[in-house]
Amino acid sequence: MIPIQLDINGQTIEMEVVPDLTLLDLLRAVGVASVKKGCGEGDCGACGVLLDGVYVKSCLILAAQASGHSVETVESLGNVEHPHPLQTAFVDAGAVQCGFCIPSMLLAAKSLIEDHPEPTVEQIREGLDGNLCRCTGYVKQIEAVQTAAAVMKEEDHD
Amino acid sequence: MTNKFSQVGTNVRKVDGMALATGGSLFVADLAPENALCGMILTSPHAHARIVRMDISRAEALDGVYAVLYHGNVPRILHTTAGQGFPEPSPYDTVMFDNKVRYVGDRVAAVAAETPEIAAQALSLIEVEYEILEPVFDPVKALQPGAPVIHDEPDAHVVIPVPYDKDRNLAAFVETSVGDVDGALAKCDVVVTGTYTTQYAQHCPIEPHITLCELDPYGRVRITSSTQVPWHVRRIVAQCCEIPVRRIRVVKPRIGGGFGAKQEVLIEDVCTMLCLRSGQPVLMEYSRKDEFVSSRTRHPSVCTTTLGLTKDGKIQAIRMHMVLNTGAYGSHALTVGSNCGSKVLPMYPCEHIEFKMEGAYTNLPVGGAYRGYGATQAVFSVECLIDEAAARLGRDPLELRVQNHIRSGMGSPIFKALGEGTEGVEMTIGSCGLPECISLGAEAIEWKKPRQSSGRKARGVGMAILMQGSSIPHVDMGAATIKLNEDGSFNLLMGATDLGTGSDTVLSQIAAEEIGVDTTMMIPLSSDTDVTPFDVGAYASSTTYLSGGAVKKAALLIRHQILEVAAEMLRCEQEKLTIEDGRILGGAKVITCSDVALHSLYSHNQKQIMASASHITEKSPPPFAAHFADVEVDLDTGFVKLLKYVSAVDCGTTIHPKLAEGQTEGATMNGISFALTEEYLFNEKGRMLNPSFGHYKIFTTADMPEMVTIMVPTYETTGPYGAKSVSEISINGALPAISNAIFNACGVRMMHGPFTPERVARALREKA
Repeated sequence: MIPIQLDINGQTIEMEVVPDLTLLDLLRAVGVASVKKGCGEGDCGACGVLLDGVYVKSCLILAAQASGHSVETVESLGNVEHPHPLQTAFVDAGAVQCGFCIPSMLLAAKSLIEDHPEPTVEQIREGLDGNLCRCTGYVKQIEAVQTAAAVMKEEDHD
Repeated sequence: MTNKFSQVGTNVRKVDGMALATGGSLFVADLAPENALCGMILTSPHAHARIVRMDISRAEALDGVYAVLYHGNVPRILHTTAGQGFPEPSPYDTVMFDNKVRYVGDRVAAVAAETPEIAAQALSLIEVEYEILEPVFDPVKALQPGAPVIHDEPDAHVVIPVPYDKDRNLAAFVETSVGDVDGALAKCDVVVTGTYTTQYAQHCPIEPHITLCELDPYGRVRITSSTQVPWHVRRIVAQCCEIPVRRIRVVKPRIGGGFGAKQEVLIEDVCTMLCLRSGQPVLMEYSRKDEFVSSRTRHPSVCTTTLGLTKDGKIQAIRMHMVLNTGAYGSHALTVGSNCGSKVLPMYPCEHIEFKMEGAYTNLPVGGAYRGYGATQAVFSVECLIDEAAARLGRDPLELRVQNHIRSGMGSPIFKALGEGTEGVEMTIGSCGLPECISLGAEAIEWKKPRQSSGRKARGVGMAILMQGSSIPHVDMGAATIKLNEDGSFNLLMGATDLGTGSDTVLSQIAAEEIGVDTTMMIPLSSDTDVTPFDVGAYASSTTYLSGGAVKKAALLIRHQILEVAAEMLRCEQEKLTIEDGRILGGAKVITCSDVALHSLYSHNQKQIMASASHITEKSPPPFAAHFADVEVDLDTGFVKLLKYVSAVDCGTTIHPKLAEGQTEGATMNGISFALTEEYLFNEKGRMLNPSFGHYKIFTTADMPEMVTIMVPTYETTGPYGAKSVSEISINGALPAISNAIFNACGVRMMHGPFTPERVARALREKA
């Protein structure tokens, strides 16, 4: 067993884990429901989190590797009463169908907007390339990211 | 067109959207208790083998193992996993565990253990001795005399009177004809024929199959499952586990996509049995590999079609011979096969039609319901042959379609001839926006504009026209209950199963419109077999059209009850009153639905304002679509770059325009991905070689073309507020539209999907 300490959405947790426990399985075990397992192989992108602000697939990171780092998931973005502009934009654009891939995609979108505050369609396509969605055809998600980026820029100015 | 409705036709916020976007605990895996055991299945490494000896004792003895199931300790109940209405049109050829395996991935045993690690270890301790049998992988060869018999057990059978011959590996058979096709073809000026094949493909819901089974203190089993068919799950689990329906409650939480894969009752029976045997909660989930190998697939097809036309361009005769590969079990073989005819042949009305479909067992993964449901496979051949005929006649393929396609007021003998295991229903087309779909789509793709090819890059454009259905008439039933609360809100209890499509929202809009309140006043709850009324489930493009009909009926009853109480309160005639935005107008003063609820619950003549209604359909009005593809083919590498894709769809009234567009875009993208990249690869022993997203390529944002979606409004008088279905139709277009575009670009005809660079390059070399 390996002792680890990490920060999950602002809360520090300390525990002992088996060496091969993935960050994905750890997060789900401690009740972070938004992080989804769609393949466990790094292909589908449903398990994305921000590790020290960098978007990563949590099924490809060992829990022990994440020790000493901070993990941000969609729970920290906003809630039903006070959603983040990305969440509002996704819902209002019709970009959320089954919603299974959405929490992770929102984090990928947040990360790409940080890199490109006014993202072009090409930059969005590149930024969301690792997030499979079988429901939407991605059209409304690309629209939503553009809408959210504009709102976030506006909010930055305010 | 101006919207005469207040709720219908508006983009209200999807009722579950924000809960999903904020990562709520809404899916099966999120709802499992900490002490849930892990259920895991041992699958067959062989395509065709008899189990001659099995020893589970070492697995049973392992610490942390609570139950082990195999053919020696479970009842042998023949059933079908197809998740259809009763009696099912699919053959009863499946048991929970058998002493024979019929494909690589078939069930051998299952365990429930404290952890996934212990479960995996327990599976490895199960000793199985196989007698390897000769497999057969080609559906056409499987039907020939002397082929290995896959279902040689004596007890497999059909439960409705349809042809079934397991000794010939014939899982399903349909044949129908009108007129005299041979005679008509002899008189035709142009006869085009071809054999088109489609490949194995999987639905790829991002959430794989998952089921949680828990025993409650009353001894009942609560099944929380990612399913499209909660009522069929309840019935089939009762059948397989030999327990009464009343001991089972099926709850559907949010579903991470289904597309037909979750119509299949795939793991609920095993999970329930593990729960009953262990007395513990059991969570069973498929890995992505399981989802590819042991779940369900689109039936691969070999389709030989012939079209005959006179020189004026009129289609005189169509013949289609479809061979479907149903894999090791006959799930949906008959009905997918029937739909190959019924959802394609009526498109071009003519007097001479022949249709024959054979569903063949093979030792490969199992076919099932997959969005498109046979239309996908069959329309490929017909829509490519239209272009072949146009080329022979020197006609514009678009004009040839316009000359021949079905229109409002027309029928087809096929509607009556081909049902779903029974005779179909005669039908005259009501709404048909196909002419507008074609003209608006052509404009969007710039159909007439010459494409400039340069060097090794050849440009081309292609199209296809499509139809589907809306529900299965006289077979499917949906029901809904609505009740009024003190604040003027309504519980909307529906059997209809929202699997991510947004049906909870669409059905709430229909109820709100009918009652006269805002959609936010509806509290939808879908699919809890203890709480909501029945619905066959989310399949056959039925939810809006069929379940929407039930919701609208129940809402009408509620509106009458509210007005009855309001008239009593206002001491006026009920007929004078109307409801608008939750307010009752027309009386001496304005009162609200909340006032009516408080009055009826607490004040006088007390009663719960509530109503239930059921709905069946008399017809299955087709939505229509025209799809267009603009491609660039690399003549050296064979790579097909899809530049632009246009989907123009007539689904009647779009109850929620953005969700309807979303259905169209999602289906279109899946169709494109199927046409260009998706396929199962097998080794010579029938093992799938690419069961991961790393090796089975589905489209991402980086791959997508420019997408244009056009919703063409029509009004289907038999549907709720003029609506027809929208979910399936747009998956069907890409295969023929892209094949036609490739043909237009470089003159090679792709007849086998997917159109990978390798296949296209080979075709280019063969042509050269």
